[in-house]
Amino acid sequence: MTAAPTSVPITYTSGEQVEVYRFSVPVTIGIPLLALFIQAFVPLRFPTFAAYFDLPLLVTIFFAMARRNPISGLFTGALIGLAQDMLGHNKIGLYGIAKTVVGYGASSLGVKLDVENAGARFLVTLAFYLVHSAVYFIVARGLVRMTQQWSWRYGILAGLGNALLGVLIYYGLDRFKQRT
Amino acid sequence: MDSLLGRYRNLTILVGILFLQVLGLAVQVKRGSGEDTRLIRIWAVGAITPFERGLVWIQTSSSNLWHNYFYLRGVRAENRQLRQQIEDMRLQDVRLSEDAAQARRLQALLEFKEQFISKTVAAQVIGSSGSDLSRVVYIDKGENAGIKRDMAVITAEGIVGKVLTAYPAVSQVLLISDQSSGVGAMLEKSRLQGVLRGTPNGEVVLERVMADEQVQVGETVLTSGGDQIFPKGLPVGRVTRVGTGRDLFLSIKVKSAADLSRLEEVLVVVEKQEQQPVAEDNVHIRAADILAQRLPTVPDKTTDASSASTTNGANHAGSANPATPSAQVPKSASKSETEATAANSASAGTAAPAGQLKGNVAQTPAKNGTAHPVPTTAVVVESGATNPGASIKPTTQSKPAKASPPPPNPQPPTDDGGPH
Repeated sequence: MTAAPTSVPITYTSGEQVEVYRFSVPVTIGIPLLALFIQAFVPLRFPTFAAYFDLPLLVTIFFAMARRNPISGLFTGALIGLAQDMLGHNKIGLYGIAKTVVGYGASSLGVKLDVENAGARFLVTLAFYLVHSAVYFIVARGLVRMTQQWSWRYGILAGLGNALLGVLIYYGLDRFKQRT
Repeated sequence: MDSLLGRYRNLTILVGILFLQVLGLAVQVKRGSGEDTRLIRIWAVGAITPFERGLVWIQTSSSNLWHNYFYLRGVRAENRQLRQQIEDMRLQDVRLSEDAAQARRLQALLEFKEQFISKTVAAQVIGSSGSDLSRVVYIDKGENAGIKRDMAVITAEGIVGKVLTAYPAVSQVLLISDQSSGVGAMLEKSRLQGVLRGTPNGEVVLERVMADEQVQVGETVLTSGGDQIFPKGLPVGRVTRVGTGRDLFLSIKVKSAADLSRLEEVLVVVEKQEQQPVAEDNVHIRAADILAQRLPTVPDKTTDASSASTTNGANHAGSANPATPSAQVPKSASKSETEATAANSASAGTAAPAGQLKGNVAQTPAKNGTAHPVPTTAVVVESGATNPGASIKPTTQSKPAKASPPPPNPQPPTDDGGPH
């Protein structure tokens, strides 16, 4: 009889084993590219998609949480973010910086928290969506002097949408995990 | 020191990576232009756009298959409706062409120079930036198709944006709804000029119109040509809200004529011509011609009979009274219209764009009613070159063809031996 998922402790103590995963090279390259592709293509048919969902961010959080290695997480975030910047016309580095912070944060959190259950994933994604938006906002306004508007209502609504979508996507991406 | 760095290794690397990116951003901000990042942008675009292009191709092919083979219900009814629409537009066209000819005459007198769209490249939208903070789309034509930076991108409905970066096989188009975009625009009726800008939430606003000016909701906004990118007179959109803005200016919200959120096919203006409008009928009309137009004439029986047998939607009014010469008018008018369009396409000057814009854009200026690239569909009969009065005759005769009562002084076409 296996233990019910609810009995899994939310935080790990020093004595407990932390499960670390790795991914094959095609998955490491293919999934972020697919996320970028969908993110760029879907708004042509569903214009509001880009306003509310950020698939590259969800992929960044997933890889960071699964690998549980801050260095790998921040590099994953930086590369995905920079690629996302290159598809737009704004300065390169805005998404890069925001996703670097998220990648580092998510992987650092993954070491300390159990991020395997749906509830924790939902909350972590919601929190990191807000962190991502805040970092982007600060850098865009402070460094590039872009006109930006901050809206808590929009941020939380989009964060909830991303968190919900994230939980579903993570469930699908779990199949690509390989134990180290 | 080493132990300190080792202890905070992760944090150190994070700070280092962030610092590098901030440095890169600072360099870009300092330099301003986006040319220095062109190479790395090409990598990302090159990795993503082939998939987008493939998917769009599959989507278009399956959609065409559906529309061409299976979805034929209602085509006849639509065809009938379109034919009726064509007839109505022909009549409208006659009136507009007269206005356009007059405008050209006046512009020729004042030695104005105008920009005309002389060549466009049709392209398909294959992708977007995927971000709400960067309103750009990718089209499937690039430098190989002659597309360059700062070329205007339009649809039949209105302007879309401008080419921001042209790569070999694709181009990045900055939409007018992006906050970094700026288009010279003016209001159609009041002729007030302003700058059209996008807002962070994707709306389009007309700025720099003084607060003491009167602007009506629903008024059409056109390009002013002041930005040197969009030719003058292209439709931009309609005013949806007028409010008080900052610094004594109005805040005018505009709904763009082209649906920017659902773009599929666009036209890139790759060539513009700057030339002085040519007045076609600048030859003086003789008093005898005017008199001849006003005098009643005896209709030719053979022409009358043939015209009655080829009655169409446009000449119903005329055919109701076949004894009057007006019955001859629609036939010659519609014939001369077709010829005139072809003739004008060949002529240097305003009609050149019409032939190359292939339908959609050729209509755009006509809808504006402005003098800009109005394709000349002035009704000029074959003998118009030798007979100055001939260029006006079909116009004056075509108008009553729509109205039910016959014209008081009808005039037969010039090629059937009319009085001179």
